Amino acid sequence: MSISFPQRSGLTRRRFINGLGAGCVAAALPHPASAMASASGIVPAQASSLWNLTVDHTRISLDNKSLNAPCIGGSVPGPILRWQQGDTVSISVENRLRHEDTSIHWHGVRVPSDMDGVPGLSFAGIKPGDTFTYRFRVHQSGTYWYHSHSGMQEAQGLYGAIVIDPVHPDPNQCDRDYVIVLSEWTDVSPMDMISNLKMQDDYYTFRQRTAASFPKEAREAGNAWTALKDRLAWSRMRMAVTDISDVSGVIYTYLLNGHAPDMNWNGLFRPGERVRLRFINASSMTLFDVRIPGLEMLIVQADGNDVEPVPVDEFRIGVAETYDVIIRPQDERPYTIFAQSEDRTGYARGTLAPRQGMIGTIPPMDPRPVRTMIDMGMGTMKPGETMDDMSMPGHDMPTMDMPEMSADHTEHMHHMGPMAMPPMEVDDPGLPPLNVENQNVAVMPVDRLGSPGDGLEDNGRRVLNYKQLRATRPGADPRPPTREIILHLTGNMERYIWGFNGRKYSESGPIRLKKGERVRFTLINDTMMEHPIHLHGLWSELENGQGEFRPYKHTIIAQPGSRLSYLVTADVAGTWAYHCHLMLHMDLGMFRTVIVE
Amino acid sequence: MKQILPLAALLVIPLANATPAWAVQTTDHAADAPSDTPVVSVGHISPVMDQGRYFHGILDEFEGRYAASGTDFRWDGEAWYGSDYNKLWLKTEGTLERGRLHDGDHELLYSRAISPYFDIQGGVRADIDDGPTRTWGALGIQGLALYQFEVQATAYVSDRGRFAARFEGSYDFLLTNRLILQPQAELNLYTKSDTGRQVGAGLSDVDTGLRLRYELWRKFAPYIAFTYAGYLTQARRIAHDHGEETGSLRLTVGIRSWF
Repeated sequence: MSISFPQRSGLTRRRFINGLGAGCVAAALPHPASAMASASGIVPAQASSLWNLTVDHTRISLDNKSLNAPCIGGSVPGPILRWQQGDTVSISVENRLRHEDTSIHWHGVRVPSDMDGVPGLSFAGIKPGDTFTYRFRVHQSGTYWYHSHSGMQEAQGLYGAIVIDPVHPDPNQCDRDYVIVLSEWTDVSPMDMISNLKMQDDYYTFRQRTAASFPKEAREAGNAWTALKDRLAWSRMRMAVTDISDVSGVIYTYLLNGHAPDMNWNGLFRPGERVRLRFINASSMTLFDVRIPGLEMLIVQADGNDVEPVPVDEFRIGVAETYDVIIRPQDERPYTIFAQSEDRTGYARGTLAPRQGMIGTIPPMDPRPVRTMIDMGMGTMKPGETMDDMSMPGHDMPTMDMPEMSADHTEHMHHMGPMAMPPMEVDDPGLPPLNVENQNVAVMPVDRLGSPGDGLEDNGRRVLNYKQLRATRPGADPRPPTREIILHLTGNMERYIWGFNGRKYSESGPIRLKKGERVRFTLINDTMMEHPIHLHGLWSELENGQGEFRPYKHTIIAQPGSRLSYLVTADVAGTWAYHCHLMLHMDLGMFRTVIVE
Repeated sequence: MKQILPLAALLVIPLANATPAWAVQTTDHAADAPSDTPVVSVGHISPVMDQGRYFHGILDEFEGRYAASGTDFRWDGEAWYGSDYNKLWLKTEGTLERGRLHDGDHELLYSRAISPYFDIQGGVRADIDDGPTRTWGALGIQGLALYQFEVQATAYVSDRGRFAARFEGSYDFLLTNRLILQPQAELNLYTKSDTGRQVGAGLSDVDTGLRLRYELWRKFAPYIAFTYAGYLTQARRIAHDHGEETGSLRLTVGIRSWF
């Protein structure tokens, strides 16, 4: 089966149905203005190994924001690609953009590095008028996604879902299967966003602490003096507790399968059916908190890999992460899929219902989170306190500089005995400098894998945290790491510069790994924002206390002020991208190359 | 002016070298340490754009200062072009008072980022208005101080061997997210008097305002204000002797905008 998405001629209903198979006849056809083939969220009826994709500009208007979006077949998101594990797939990508290169990166899919689609690293990109054919064997199964790695096209609509059928029977087979792509829509160009943020870092934040919000804070703090002291302390640090998302609902309309909230995406079910929802966060700058009021969600897959089912009411999905959940709605009524942005400036929403056209109740948004000293990497310190104020018997400053062993690491040592442990090389850059490119040092970074994230702690709901992710099968590589690479995530919000170890990409060298090497990556987040860190080409096995059943991920949220580690087997040679998946952070320096040689 | 040119040239030279080695903090064991053998990207395409250059301009003050004796018009703005580390600044301010332009001060500066919040700046300043023209070499610091005060301090040396200094500061006090009260002050000091320009030795003049702006959108905010401009100490006597106003508090209306 080959799906061709022609340019300009537009997508007729007939072609739409032909393209996606008969399975989608019952699906809601989206608002005609957006002409989105994939907007039904319904997975194509059959897997195919042959695909033709055409990238072109298409004028799309959503929520009164009109954009000449670079996208595939005039559709945002692009078509859902369904592959079969074990097949060799061949995907031709034709670039019909007039003056821009393009590329497609298969996010989370293990491919040879020249098929990874990163211009400058994997290949030279696809020039206007050219066609590039990606061809690789599919080793894995699960839910993934693809997006452009050229310019800032992924922020404007060049992304879509990938569903890979497993060779073995799928333990999570359901009566219905929907892809839920969360993303953003704006008519502001990403270059303008960067330019504005370089001039004023809180350009898109209209939820700051003000004189008007002071009485409320004073009430919450107990008295005015405490609230004032807290404000002064943050102001002294030149930081804002309201610094949650760099770009907000002020310009973004949040989309669910290409539907703005008022378009209300519809998915159908019959009461009693098991429904699988494959959540993909394809946004460029927004973490979403997802729930379906009235339904328990069973998390069964994270980043394409099956995990032991975790029942939750809510989960946070970082940019570029995927989660598969199973729900079992029993009642003959509509349910709302509610995905609020982390900064609570907006939400994406859709309705699951037994009949077409039903509208679920939209819950109110939660209060916006505020950052704390934990996010600053100051542990339990109070605002305004310094390290000198802390009496820490037996814990003097210099030890902070030393590579500390994580709890998991120590656990390994106990297991294997010190003799079995190969000599460990530690690449430790030490504390990052306070310089033009870095404004904060997390002096007491903490393990936050057990936390669902800022704004979700103690909200009365069962919210997923990383410690709960347990793979259904043991890891493929039981070897302990022979090397640890410590990296600090750094940045200067005021100047809007991002990087690792106080340096942006252009001032840094590649991270070199030997082929077959087993490496522990330790991330210390010195900034007060989340960074979803994505390593191309190789799995990131999160050391979350699940031992050999640690989850395999491709994107890991490093929470502010936290320290975490994951294991990597450098089993595929090549040059790989390694970066924060907040697109503006990546483009402004939080990017490295990892060379496996 | 002759003495100033070499100084200005010296300050502008680093522009040619975008990132001098001393700007990069090297760490001994960082896995991503700068490499001696840079990796050549395929097709020389950079996967990111972290060396971008930007261009912005802002008019902080663009206002009419009302008084029964006559309305003054004042502007104070700046524009910059450059990268994270190196920028070229143009700053300009002046007051139109009864058809006469005074306090016309224009600076061309190179600035270099030196810390998380501060830049050093150096270049030339020219006092060009309806008074006698003066030229100065300038060296200063600009940035965001503790408690989020915007501050600038600049020292000047003139072509006649005189010295001057200027201190500027402002603070944005958010009443709401769009209604912002901004106290602002500028102080000028000189080592010698210059009667032609109403300048006195010591603390010479002050220009201050309390502006209440409403950000209709980020880049456009009308404001109302009380402003005070006045001469101090010796300059006050000079102005008095010339029969000029020594200082006045005025109701002011203006627009703050930027691009």
